[in-house]
Amino acid sequence: MAVIRIENVSRWFGNVVAVNDVSIDITPGITGLLGPNGAGKSTLIHMMSGFLPPSTGRVTLDGDVIWHNTEAYRRIGLVPETETTYEFLDGREFVRANAELQGLDDPGAATERALETVEMTAAADRPVSTYSKGMRQRVKMASALVHDPAVLLLDEPFNGMDPRQRMHLMNLLRRMGEEGRTVLFSSHILEEVEQLASHIEVIVAGRHAASGDFRKIRRLMTDRPHRYLIRSSDDRALAAALIADPSTQGLELDVTEKALRVEAIDFHRFAEQLPRLARENDIRLLTVSPSDESLESVFSYLVSA
Amino acid sequence: MTAIYHPTVARLTFRALLGRRRALIMALLPMLLLAIAIAVRALNGADDRAAATVLGGFALAAMVPLVGVIAGTGAIAPEIDDGSVVYLLSKPVSRQTIITTKFIVACAVTGLFTVVPVYVAGLILNNNSQQIAFAFTAATAAAVVAYSAIFLLLGVVSRNAVVIGLIYALVWEALLGSLMPGVGNLSVQQWSLTLAEQIAASGANVTSTVSLTAGSILLVIATVGGVWYAGRRLASFSFAGDH
Repeated sequence: MAVIRIENVSRWFGNVVAVNDVSIDITPGITGLLGPNGAGKSTLIHMMSGFLPPSTGRVTLDGDVIWHNTEAYRRIGLVPETETTYEFLDGREFVRANAELQGLDDPGAATERALETVEMTAAADRPVSTYSKGMRQRVKMASALVHDPAVLLLDEPFNGMDPRQRMHLMNLLRRMGEEGRTVLFSSHILEEVEQLASHIEVIVAGRHAASGDFRKIRRLMTDRPHRYLIRSSDDRALAAALIADPSTQGLELDVTEKALRVEAIDFHRFAEQLPRLARENDIRLLTVSPSDESLESVFSYLVSA
Repeated sequence: MTAIYHPTVARLTFRALLGRRRALIMALLPMLLLAIAIAVRALNGADDRAAATVLGGFALAAMVPLVGVIAGTGAIAPEIDDGSVVYLLSKPVSRQTIITTKFIVACAVTGLFTVVPVYVAGLILNNNSQQIAFAFTAATAAAVVAYSAIFLLLGVVSRNAVVIGLIYALVWEALLGSLMPGVGNLSVQQWSLTLAEQIAASGANVTSTVSLTAGSILLVIATVGGVWYAGRRLASFSFAGDH
Protein backbone atom coordinates (compact mmCIF):
# COMPACT_ATOMS: atom_id res chain seq x y z
CA MET A 1 0.00 0.00 0.00
CA ALA A 2 1.83 3.07 -1.24
CA VAL A 3 0.82 6.58 -0.26
CA ILE A 4 2.13 9.79 -1.79
CA ARG A 5 1.76 12.61 0.67
CA ILE A 6 1.83 16.22 -0.43
CA GLU A 7 2.22 18.35 2.68
CA ASN A 8 1.74 22.12 2.59
CA VAL A 9 3.45 22.26 -0.76
CA SER A 10 3.94 25.49 -2.65
CA ARG A 11 5.98 25.97 -5.76
CA TRP A 12 6.77 29.22 -7.44
CA PHE A 13 8.72 30.15 -10.53
CA GLY A 14 10.08 33.67 -10.06
CA ASN A 15 7.04 35.74 -9.21
CA VAL A 16 4.55 33.19 -10.49
CA VAL A 17 2.96 30.89 -7.94
CA ALA A 18 2.20 27.61 -9.71
CA VAL A 19 1.11 25.61 -6.66
CA ASN A 20 -0.14 27.32 -3.54
CA ASP A 21 -0.09 25.52 -0.17
CA VAL A 22 -1.52 22.22 -1.33
CA SER A 23 -1.90 19.20 0.95
CA ILE A 24 -3.15 15.95 -0.57
CA ASP A 25 -2.72 12.26 0.21
CA ILE A 26 -2.75 10.03 -2.85
CA THR A 27 -3.82 6.60 -1.67
CA PRO A 28 -4.28 3.20 -3.42
CA GLY A 29 -6.95 3.18 -6.11
CA ILE A 30 -7.46 5.62 -8.94
CA THR A 31 -7.20 9.32 -8.25
CA GLY A 32 -7.98 11.89 -10.91
CA LEU A 33 -6.11 15.18 -10.76
CA LEU A 34 -8.48 17.58 -12.43
CA GLY A 35 -8.03 21.17 -13.41
CA PRO A 36 -7.88 23.51 -16.36
CA ASN A 37 -4.67 23.88 -18.38
CA GLY A 38 -2.09 25.81 -16.41
CA ALA A 39 -3.74 25.08 -13.07
CA GLY A 40 -0.64 23.44 -11.64
CA LYS A 41 -1.39 19.76 -12.36
CA SER A 42 1.87 19.11 -14.19
CA THR A 43 3.82 20.99 -11.54
CA LEU A 44 2.30 18.72 -8.91
CA ILE A 45 3.05 15.58 -10.95
CA HIS A 46 6.62 16.76 -11.51
CA MET A 47 7.01 17.12 -7.76
CA MET A 48 5.44 13.70 -7.13
CA SER A 49 7.77 12.13 -9.69
CA GLY A 50 10.93 13.75 -8.33
CA PHE A 51 11.46 16.15 -11.21
CA LEU A 52 10.87 19.35 -9.29
CA PRO A 53 11.60 20.31 -5.68
CA PRO A 54 8.79 22.07 -3.83
CA SER A 55 9.60 25.66 -2.86
CA THR A 56 8.12 24.91 0.55
CA GLY A 57 6.56 21.77 2.05
CA ARG A 58 7.29 18.09 1.42
CA VAL A 59 6.34 15.46 -1.11
CA THR A 60 6.92 11.94 0.20
CA LEU A 61 6.32 8.35 -0.84
CA ASP A 62 5.60 6.24 2.24
CA GLY A 63 7.49 8.77 4.34
CA ASP A 64 10.54 9.14 2.09
CA VAL A 65 11.13 12.47 0.38
CA ILE A 66 11.00 11.90 -3.39
CA TRP A 67 13.23 14.77 -4.58
CA HIS A 68 16.88 13.72 -4.98
CA ASN A 69 15.91 10.13 -4.20
CA THR A 70 16.48 7.90 -7.24
CA GLU A 71 15.70 4.81 -5.13
CA ALA A 72 12.06 5.96 -5.05
CA TYR A 73 11.82 5.02 -8.73
CA ARG A 74 11.82 1.34 -7.80
CA ARG A 75 8.25 1.95 -6.61
CA ILE A 76 7.12 4.60 -9.07
CA GLY A 77 6.08 4.06 -12.67
CA LEU A 78 5.93 7.31 -14.61
CA VAL A 79 4.04 7.93 -17.84
CA PRO A 80 5.18 11.43 -18.84
CA GLU A 81 3.20 13.77 -21.03
CA THR A 82 6.00 13.97 -23.60
CA GLU A 83 5.32 12.05 -26.79
CA THR A 84 8.95 11.47 -27.61
CA THR A 85 10.66 8.30 -26.56
CA TYR A 86 13.85 6.82 -27.94
CA GLU A 87 12.59 6.92 -31.52
CA PHE A 88 15.36 4.73 -32.91
CA LEU A 89 14.32 1.78 -30.74
CA ASP A 90 11.52 -0.62 -31.46
CA GLY A 91 8.79 -1.10 -28.87
CA ARG A 92 10.38 -4.15 -27.32
CA GLU A 93 13.83 -2.56 -27.12
CA PHE A 94 12.35 0.52 -25.49
CA VAL A 95 10.50 -1.44 -22.80
CA ARG A 96 13.51 -3.67 -22.27
CA ALA A 97 15.83 -0.67 -21.82
CA ASN A 98 13.48 0.52 -19.08
CA ALA A 99 13.54 -2.95 -17.48
CA GLU A 100 17.33 -2.99 -17.52
CA LEU A 101 17.55 0.51 -16.08
CA GLN A 102 15.30 -0.69 -13.25
CA GLY A 103 17.92 -3.35 -12.55
CA LEU A 104 15.45 -6.24 -12.84
CA ASP A 105 16.77 -9.80 -12.53
CA ASP A 106 15.05 -10.99 -15.69
CA PRO A 107 14.46 -7.92 -17.87
CA GLY A 108 13.48 -10.04 -20.87
CA ALA A 109 10.60 -11.77 -19.08
CA ALA A 110 9.46 -8.51 -17.46
CA THR A 111 9.45 -6.85 -20.89
CA GLU A 112 7.23 -9.55 -22.41
CA ARG A 113 4.86 -9.39 -19.42
CA ALA A 114 4.53 -5.62 -19.69
CA LEU A 115 3.99 -5.77 -23.46
CA GLU A 116 1.27 -8.37 -22.97
CA THR A 117 -0.43 -6.27 -20.30
CA VAL A 118 -0.80 -3.36 -22.72
CA GLU A 119 -1.50 -5.70 -25.67
CA MET A 120 1.46 -4.50 -27.67
CA THR A 121 3.23 -7.81 -28.26
CA ALA A 122 2.23 -7.96 -31.93
CA ALA A 123 3.63 -4.51 -32.73
CA ALA A 124 6.65 -4.75 -30.43
CA ASP A 125 9.16 -5.22 -33.26
CA ARG A 126 8.19 -2.03 -35.04
CA PRO A 127 10.18 1.17 -34.44
CA VAL A 128 8.51 3.46 -31.93
CA SER A 129 8.69 6.24 -34.55
CA THR A 130 6.06 4.41 -36.62
CA TYR A 131 3.55 4.10 -33.76
CA SER A 132 0.23 5.88 -33.57
CA LYS A 133 -0.52 8.06 -30.58
CA GLY A 134 -2.43 5.29 -28.85
CA MET A 135 0.33 2.77 -29.43
CA ARG A 136 2.90 5.19 -28.07
CA GLN A 137 0.81 5.66 -24.98
CA ARG A 138 0.57 1.90 -24.51
CA VAL A 139 4.27 1.32 -24.94
CA LYS A 140 4.92 4.17 -22.50
CA MET A 141 2.54 2.39 -20.10
CA ALA A 142 4.48 -0.83 -20.59
CA SER A 143 7.73 0.96 -19.79
CA ALA A 144 6.17 2.36 -16.62
CA LEU A 145 4.74 -1.02 -15.57
CA VAL A 146 7.75 -3.17 -16.35
CA HIS A 147 9.02 -3.18 -12.76
CA ASP A 148 5.57 -3.77 -11.29
CA PRO A 149 5.48 -0.46 -9.38
CA ALA A 150 3.16 0.29 -6.48
CA VAL A 151 2.59 3.81 -7.78
CA LEU A 152 1.65 4.84 -11.29
CA LEU A 153 1.75 8.52 -12.24
CA LEU A 154 0.28 9.57 -15.59
CA ASP A 155 0.39 13.12 -16.92
CA GLU A 156 -2.52 13.78 -19.30
CA PRO A 157 -2.50 10.16 -20.53
CA PHE A 158 -5.59 10.52 -22.74
CA ASN A 159 -4.36 13.52 -24.73
CA GLY A 160 -4.92 12.94 -28.42
CA MET A 161 -6.29 9.41 -28.06
CA ASP A 162 -9.26 8.26 -30.07
CA PRO A 163 -12.28 6.86 -28.17
CA ARG A 164 -11.27 3.23 -28.65
CA GLN A 165 -7.73 3.82 -27.42
CA ARG A 166 -9.12 5.84 -24.53
CA MET A 167 -11.44 3.01 -23.50
CA HIS A 168 -8.60 0.53 -23.68
CA LEU A 169 -6.37 2.66 -21.45
CA MET A 170 -9.21 3.29 -19.02
CA ASN A 171 -9.80 -0.44 -18.65
CA LEU A 172 -6.11 -0.96 -18.06
CA LEU A 173 -5.97 1.74 -15.41
CA ARG A 174 -9.09 0.35 -13.73
CA ARG A 175 -7.35 -2.99 -13.49
CA MET A 176 -4.26 -1.32 -12.01
CA GLY A 177 -6.42 0.42 -9.43
CA GLU A 178 -8.24 -2.80 -8.53
CA GLU A 179 -4.89 -4.50 -8.00
CA GLY A 180 -4.26 -2.07 -5.18
CA ARG A 181 -1.85 0.22 -6.95
CA THR A 182 -1.83 3.92 -6.29
CA VAL A 183 -2.78 5.33 -9.67
CA LEU A 184 -2.84 9.06 -10.26
CA PHE A 185 -3.65 10.64 -13.58
CA SER A 186 -4.13 14.27 -14.56
CA SER A 187 -6.65 15.58 -16.99
CA HIS A 188 -8.41 18.75 -17.98
CA ILE A 189 -11.15 16.74 -19.69
CA LEU A 190 -13.98 16.29 -17.27
CA GLU A 191 -15.60 13.18 -18.71
CA GLU A 192 -12.35 11.25 -18.52
CA VAL A 193 -12.03 11.86 -14.82
CA GLU A 194 -15.70 11.23 -14.25
CA GLN A 195 -15.57 7.88 -16.03
CA LEU A 196 -12.43 6.60 -14.39
CA ALA A 197 -11.54 8.10 -11.06
CA SER A 198 -13.08 6.92 -7.83
CA HIS A 199 -11.50 9.90 -6.17
CA ILE A 200 -10.90 13.37 -7.53
CA GLU A 201 -8.58 16.15 -6.49
CA VAL A 202 -9.42 19.44 -8.14
CA ILE A 203 -6.70 22.02 -8.70
CA VAL A 204 -7.70 25.48 -9.79
CA ALA A 205 -5.15 28.31 -10.18
CA GLY A 206 -2.57 26.43 -8.11
CA ARG A 207 -4.92 25.87 -5.21
CA HIS A 208 -6.50 22.66 -3.99
CA ALA A 209 -10.10 23.52 -4.79
CA ALA A 210 -11.87 20.30 -3.82
CA SER A 211 -11.36 16.67 -2.89
CA GLY A 212 -13.55 13.57 -2.82
CA ASP A 213 -15.77 11.72 -5.25
CA PHE A 214 -17.46 14.12 -7.59
CA ARG A 215 -20.86 13.86 -5.94
CA LYS A 216 -19.26 14.78 -2.65
CA ILE A 217 -17.42 17.66 -4.23
CA ARG A 218 -20.71 18.78 -5.58
CA ARG A 219 -22.40 18.64 -2.19
CA LEU A 220 -19.61 20.76 -0.72
CA MET A 221 -20.83 23.60 -2.82
CA THR A 222 -24.09 24.18 -1.03
CA ASP A 223 -24.56 27.66 -2.37
CA ARG A 224 -24.73 26.40 -5.91
CA PRO A 225 -28.14 25.46 -7.37
CA HIS A 226 -28.66 21.71 -7.69
CA ARG A 227 -31.05 20.49 -10.33
CA TYR A 228 -33.23 17.41 -9.88
CA LEU A 229 -35.66 15.54 -12.01
CA ILE A 230 -38.50 14.24 -9.87
CA ARG A 231 -41.41 11.98 -10.77
CA SER A 232 -44.15 11.44 -8.24
CA SER A 233 -47.73 10.30 -7.86
CA ASP A 234 -48.84 13.97 -7.93
CA ASP A 235 -46.33 16.33 -9.48
CA ARG A 236 -48.51 19.45 -9.18
CA ALA A 237 -49.17 19.02 -5.48
CA LEU A 238 -45.49 18.30 -4.85
CA ALA A 239 -44.56 21.40 -6.86
CA ALA A 240 -46.80 23.55 -4.70
CA ALA A 241 -45.34 22.13 -1.50
CA LEU A 242 -41.73 22.52 -2.68
CA ILE A 243 -42.01 26.09 -3.92
CA ALA A 244 -43.36 27.10 -0.53
CA ASP A 245 -40.10 25.86 1.04
CA PRO A 246 -37.05 28.17 1.02
CA SER A 247 -34.74 25.32 -0.11
CA THR A 248 -36.32 25.49 -3.56
CA GLN A 249 -35.42 28.30 -5.90
CA GLY A 250 -37.47 27.36 -8.91
CA LEU A 251 -39.34 24.54 -10.58
CA GLU A 252 -40.87 23.60 -13.84
CA LEU A 253 -43.50 21.11 -14.77
CA ASP A 254 -42.14 19.17 -17.72
CA VAL A 255 -45.24 17.89 -19.46
CA THR A 256 -43.49 15.83 -22.13
CA GLU A 257 -41.23 14.08 -19.60
CA LYS A 258 -44.11 13.89 -17.12
CA ALA A 259 -41.74 15.07 -14.45
CA LEU A 260 -40.85 17.97 -12.23
CA ARG A 261 -37.61 19.88 -12.73
CA VAL A 262 -36.53 21.40 -9.45
CA GLU A 263 -33.70 23.81 -8.71
CA ALA A 264 -32.66 23.62 -5.06
CA ILE A 265 -30.39 26.22 -3.48
CA ASP A 266 -29.91 24.56 -0.09
CA PHE A 267 -28.84 21.02 -0.71
CA HIS A 268 -29.05 19.74 2.88
CA ARG A 269 -32.42 21.30 3.60
CA PHE A 270 -33.80 20.13 0.29
CA ALA A 271 -32.63 16.56 0.97
CA GLU A 272 -34.49 16.64 4.28
CA GLN A 273 -37.58 18.48 3.14
CA LEU A 274 -38.37 16.57 -0.04
CA PRO A 275 -39.28 13.24 1.62
CA ARG A 276 -41.00 15.03 4.51
CA LEU A 277 -43.16 17.16 2.23
CA ALA A 278 -44.02 14.14 0.14
CA ARG A 279 -45.09 12.19 3.20
CA GLU A 280 -47.12 15.06 4.67
CA ASN A 281 -48.98 15.52 1.37
CA ASP A 282 -49.40 11.81 0.82
CA ILE A 283 -47.38 11.88 -2.40
CA ARG A 284 -45.30 8.91 -3.57
CA LEU A 285 -41.87 9.76 -4.94
CA LEU A 286 -41.16 7.58 -7.99
CA THR A 287 -37.94 9.15 -9.29
CA VAL A 288 -35.49 11.56 -7.71
CA SER A 289 -32.43 12.01 -9.84
CA PRO A 290 -29.82 14.76 -10.01
CA SER A 291 -29.97 16.09 -13.56
CA ASP A 292 -26.70 17.96 -13.85
CA GLU A 293 -24.10 16.23 -11.72
CA SER A 294 -21.69 16.17 -14.61
CA LEU A 295 -18.17 17.23 -13.81
CA GLU A 296 -18.57 19.95 -16.37
CA SER A 297 -20.96 21.83 -14.12
CA VAL A 298 -18.93 21.14 -10.98
CA PHE A 299 -15.83 22.31 -12.74
CA SER A 300 -17.16 25.47 -14.30
CA TYR A 301 -18.49 26.42 -10.89
CA LEU A 302 -15.10 25.85 -9.26
CA VAL A 303 -13.25 27.76 -11.97
CA SER A 304 -15.58 30.73 -11.72
CA ALA A 305 -15.46 30.72 -7.91
CA MET B 1 29.80 3.16 -4.22
CA THR B 2 28.46 4.69 -7.40
CA ALA B 3 29.17 2.74 -10.57
CA ILE B 4 30.87 4.71 -13.33
CA TYR B 5 29.34 2.76 -16.20
CA HIS B 6 25.85 1.49 -16.98
CA PRO B 7 25.68 -0.71 -20.09
CA THR B 8 22.09 0.22 -20.95
CA VAL B 9 22.80 3.95 -20.72
CA ALA B 10 25.87 3.38 -22.90
CA ARG B 11 23.89 1.40 -25.50
CA LEU B 12 21.19 4.06 -25.77
CA THR B 13 23.81 6.80 -26.06
CA PHE B 14 25.85 4.96 -28.69
CA ARG B 15 22.74 4.35 -30.76
CA ALA B 16 21.63 7.94 -30.44
CA LEU B 17 25.05 9.20 -31.54
CA LEU B 18 25.79 6.72 -34.30
CA GLY B 19 22.33 6.00 -35.65
CA ARG B 20 21.40 9.40 -36.98
CA ARG B 21 22.66 12.04 -39.38
CA ARG B 22 25.08 13.00 -36.62
CA ALA B 23 27.36 10.07 -37.49
CA LEU B 24 27.53 11.16 -41.10
CA ILE B 25 28.50 14.71 -40.16
CA MET B 26 31.12 13.39 -37.77
CA ALA B 27 32.51 11.08 -40.47
CA LEU B 28 32.78 13.90 -43.03
CA LEU B 29 35.44 15.80 -41.07
CA PRO B 30 37.98 12.95 -40.77
CA MET B 31 37.34 12.10 -44.42
CA LEU B 32 38.19 15.69 -45.27
CA LEU B 33 41.37 15.42 -43.18
CA LEU B 34 42.44 12.28 -45.02
CA ALA B 35 41.65 13.91 -48.37
CA ILE B 36 43.76 16.94 -47.43
CA ALA B 37 46.59 14.66 -46.25
CA ILE B 38 46.57 12.72 -49.50
CA ALA B 39 46.48 15.91 -51.59
CA VAL B 40 49.31 17.59 -49.65
CA ARG B 41 51.46 14.46 -49.83
CA ALA B 42 50.79 14.10 -53.55
CA LEU B 43 51.59 17.71 -54.30
CA ASN B 44 54.42 18.39 -51.80
CA GLY B 45 55.82 14.96 -51.07
CA ALA B 46 56.65 14.08 -47.43
CA ASP B 47 57.07 17.41 -45.70
CA ASP B 48 57.38 17.78 -41.91
CA ARG B 49 56.26 21.39 -41.84
CA ALA B 50 53.21 20.64 -43.95
CA ALA B 51 52.40 17.69 -41.68
CA ALA B 52 52.57 19.85 -38.54
CA THR B 53 50.50 22.56 -40.21
CA VAL B 54 47.74 20.21 -41.36
CA LEU B 55 47.58 18.26 -38.10
CA GLY B 56 47.86 21.34 -35.89
CA GLY B 57 45.99 23.85 -38.02
CA PHE B 58 43.11 21.69 -39.22
CA ALA B 59 42.91 18.46 -37.22
CA LEU B 60 43.56 19.69 -33.69
CA ALA B 61 42.29 23.24 -34.19
CA ALA B 62 39.07 22.51 -36.08
CA MET B 63 38.22 18.84 -36.60
CA VAL B 64 38.68 17.62 -33.04
CA PRO B 65 36.63 20.38 -31.35
CA LEU B 66 33.90 20.13 -34.01
CA VAL B 67 33.53 16.37 -33.62
CA GLY B 68 33.80 16.94 -29.86
CA VAL B 69 30.90 19.40 -29.93
CA ILE B 70 28.72 17.06 -31.96
CA ALA B 71 29.41 13.96 -29.87
CA GLY B 72 29.74 15.66 -26.47
CA THR B 73 26.54 17.68 -26.62
CA GLY B 74 24.83 14.96 -28.69
CA ALA B 75 25.35 12.46 -25.88
CA ILE B 76 22.69 14.17 -23.76
CA ALA B 77 21.36 17.48 -25.14
CA PRO B 78 18.86 16.01 -27.67
CA GLU B 79 17.35 13.79 -24.95
CA ILE B 80 16.91 16.80 -22.69
CA ASP B 81 15.48 18.86 -25.55
CA ASP B 82 12.83 16.35 -26.56
CA GLY B 83 12.05 15.21 -23.01
CA SER B 84 12.95 11.56 -23.53
CA VAL B 85 15.64 11.90 -20.85
CA VAL B 86 12.80 11.44 -18.37
CA TYR B 87 12.87 7.69 -19.10
CA LEU B 88 16.53 7.59 -18.15
CA LEU B 89 16.19 9.73 -15.07
CA SER B 90 13.07 8.09 -13.60
CA LYS B 91 15.12 5.03 -12.72
CA PRO B 92 17.08 3.90 -9.68
CA VAL B 93 20.35 4.74 -11.43
CA SER B 94 22.64 7.37 -9.96
CA ARG B 95 22.72 10.51 -12.08
CA GLN B 96 26.51 10.56 -11.69
CA THR B 97 26.60 7.07 -13.23
CA ILE B 98 24.54 8.33 -16.16
CA ILE B 99 26.98 11.21 -16.70
CA THR B 100 30.16 9.15 -16.41
CA THR B 101 28.72 6.58 -18.81
CA LYS B 102 27.77 9.26 -21.32
CA PHE B 103 31.21 10.81 -20.88
CA ILE B 104 32.88 7.49 -21.69
CA VAL B 105 30.66 7.05 -24.76
CA ALA B 106 31.33 10.62 -25.93
CA CYS B 107 35.10 9.98 -25.55
CA ALA B 108 34.83 6.72 -27.48
CA VAL B 109 32.83 8.21 -30.34
CA THR B 110 34.89 11.41 -30.57
CA GLY B 111 38.04 9.29 -30.36
CA LEU B 112 36.84 6.99 -33.11
CA PHE B 113 36.33 9.89 -35.50
CA THR B 114 39.50 11.81 -34.56
CA VAL B 115 42.34 9.83 -32.97
CA VAL B 116 42.61 7.13 -35.62
CA PRO B 117 42.20 9.51 -38.59
CA VAL B 118 44.81 11.89 -37.14
CA TYR B 119 47.35 9.07 -36.86
CA VAL B 120 46.58 7.78 -40.36
CA ALA B 121 46.76 11.32 -41.77
CA GLY B 122 50.10 11.78 -40.02
CA LEU B 123 51.46 8.62 -41.61
CA ILE B 124 50.24 9.73 -45.02
CA LEU B 125 51.75 13.22 -44.62
CA ASN B 126 55.29 12.33 -43.55
CA ASN B 127 55.45 8.71 -42.30
CA ASN B 128 55.62 9.88 -38.67
CA SER B 129 58.89 11.64 -39.31
CA GLN B 130 60.06 13.56 -36.20
CA GLN B 131 57.25 11.73 -34.33
CA ILE B 132 54.81 14.32 -35.68
CA ALA B 133 51.99 11.84 -36.33
CA PHE B 134 52.41 10.26 -32.94
CA ALA B 135 52.65 13.64 -31.19
CA PHE B 136 49.41 14.91 -32.66
CA THR B 137 47.68 11.60 -32.03
CA ALA B 138 48.52 11.87 -28.33
CA ALA B 139 47.43 15.51 -28.25
CA THR B 140 44.18 14.59 -29.99
CA ALA B 141 43.49 11.83 -27.44
CA ALA B 142 44.00 14.27 -24.57
CA ALA B 143 41.85 16.92 -26.24
CA VAL B 144 39.08 14.36 -26.89
CA VAL B 145 38.80 13.60 -23.19
CA ALA B 146 38.64 17.25 -22.13
CA TYR B 147 36.28 18.30 -24.92
CA SER B 148 33.94 15.40 -24.12
CA ALA B 149 33.67 16.52 -20.50
CA ILE B 150 33.23 20.21 -21.35
CA PHE B 151 30.68 19.71 -24.12
CA LEU B 152 28.74 17.10 -22.13
CA LEU B 153 28.48 19.64 -19.32
CA LEU B 154 27.32 22.25 -21.84
CA GLY B 155 24.68 19.79 -23.05
CA VAL B 156 23.36 19.44 -19.50
CA VAL B 157 23.34 23.11 -18.55
CA SER B 158 22.28 24.84 -21.76
CA ARG B 159 19.63 24.49 -24.40
CA ASN B 160 22.06 26.20 -26.78
CA ALA B 161 24.91 23.80 -26.15
CA VAL B 162 25.86 23.29 -29.79
CA VAL B 163 25.99 27.03 -30.54
CA ILE B 164 28.00 27.82 -27.42
CA GLY B 165 30.30 24.88 -28.15
CA LEU B 166 30.91 26.06 -31.71
CA ILE B 167 31.59 29.62 -30.56
CA TYR B 168 34.08 28.29 -28.01
CA ALA B 169 35.83 26.06 -30.54
CA LEU B 170 35.86 28.34 -33.56
CA VAL B 171 35.86 31.87 -32.14
CA TRP B 172 37.60 31.52 -28.80
CA GLU B 173 40.15 28.81 -29.52
CA ALA B 174 40.77 29.12 -33.25
CA LEU B 175 40.37 32.85 -33.88
CA LEU B 176 41.10 34.65 -30.60
CA GLY B 177 43.60 31.96 -29.63
CA SER B 178 45.73 32.85 -32.62
CA LEU B 179 45.43 36.60 -32.07
CA MET B 180 45.76 36.89 -28.30
CA PRO B 181 48.33 34.70 -26.54
CA GLY B 182 46.52 34.88 -23.17
CA VAL B 183 43.54 33.00 -24.59
CA GLY B 184 45.72 29.90 -24.77
CA ASN B 185 45.60 29.64 -20.99
CA LEU B 186 41.93 28.74 -21.35
CA SER B 187 42.13 26.65 -24.49
CA VAL B 188 41.89 22.87 -24.64
CA GLN B 189 43.70 23.06 -27.96
CA GLN B 190 46.75 24.70 -26.36
CA TRP B 191 46.67 22.43 -23.30
CA SER B 192 46.77 19.34 -25.47
CA LEU B 193 49.30 20.87 -27.83
CA THR B 194 51.84 20.86 -24.98
CA LEU B 195 51.77 17.07 -25.18
CA ALA B 196 52.50 17.19 -28.91
CA GLU B 197 55.31 19.67 -28.22
CA GLN B 198 56.95 17.24 -25.78
CA ILE B 199 56.62 14.20 -28.03
CA ALA B 200 57.59 15.71 -31.37
CA ALA B 201 61.24 16.23 -32.15
CA SER B 202 62.44 19.76 -31.49
CA GLY B 203 62.97 20.39 -35.19
CA ALA B 204 59.30 19.77 -35.88
CA ASN B 205 58.43 23.26 -34.72
CA VAL B 206 55.37 22.19 -32.69
CA THR B 207 54.83 24.73 -29.92
CA SER B 208 52.17 25.55 -27.38
CA THR B 209 51.54 28.79 -25.49
CA VAL B 210 51.23 26.97 -22.14
CA SER B 211 53.73 24.81 -20.25
CA LEU B 212 53.40 21.05 -20.01
CA THR B 213 52.64 21.20 -16.29
CA ALA B 214 50.02 23.89 -16.64
CA GLY B 215 48.49 22.22 -19.68
CA SER B 216 48.28 18.81 -17.99
CA ILE B 217 46.82 20.19 -14.78
CA LEU B 218 44.24 22.24 -16.67
CA LEU B 219 43.26 19.24 -18.82
CA VAL B 220 42.65 17.17 -15.69
CA ILE B 221 40.74 19.96 -13.93
CA ALA B 222 38.52 20.62 -16.96
CA THR B 223 37.80 16.92 -17.40
CA VAL B 224 37.16 15.95 -13.78
CA GLY B 225 35.42 19.22 -12.98
CA GLY B 226 33.23 19.04 -16.08
CA VAL B 227 32.09 15.48 -15.42
CA TRP B 228 31.53 16.10 -11.73
CA TYR B 229 29.52 19.27 -12.25
CA ALA B 230 27.48 17.73 -15.07
CA GLY B 231 26.53 14.92 -12.66
CA ARG B 232 25.54 17.41 -10.00
CA ARG B 233 23.41 19.39 -12.39
CA LEU B 234 21.73 16.25 -13.69
CA ALA B 235 21.01 15.14 -10.11
CA SER B 236 18.92 18.29 -9.70
CA PHE B 237 17.36 18.05 -13.15
CA SER B 238 13.88 19.54 -13.05
CA PHE B 239 11.03 20.39 -15.33
CA ALA B 240 9.75 23.92 -15.38
CA GLY B 241 6.15 23.06 -14.52
CA ASP B 242 2.99 23.56 -16.55
CA HIS B 243 3.37 24.49 -20.17
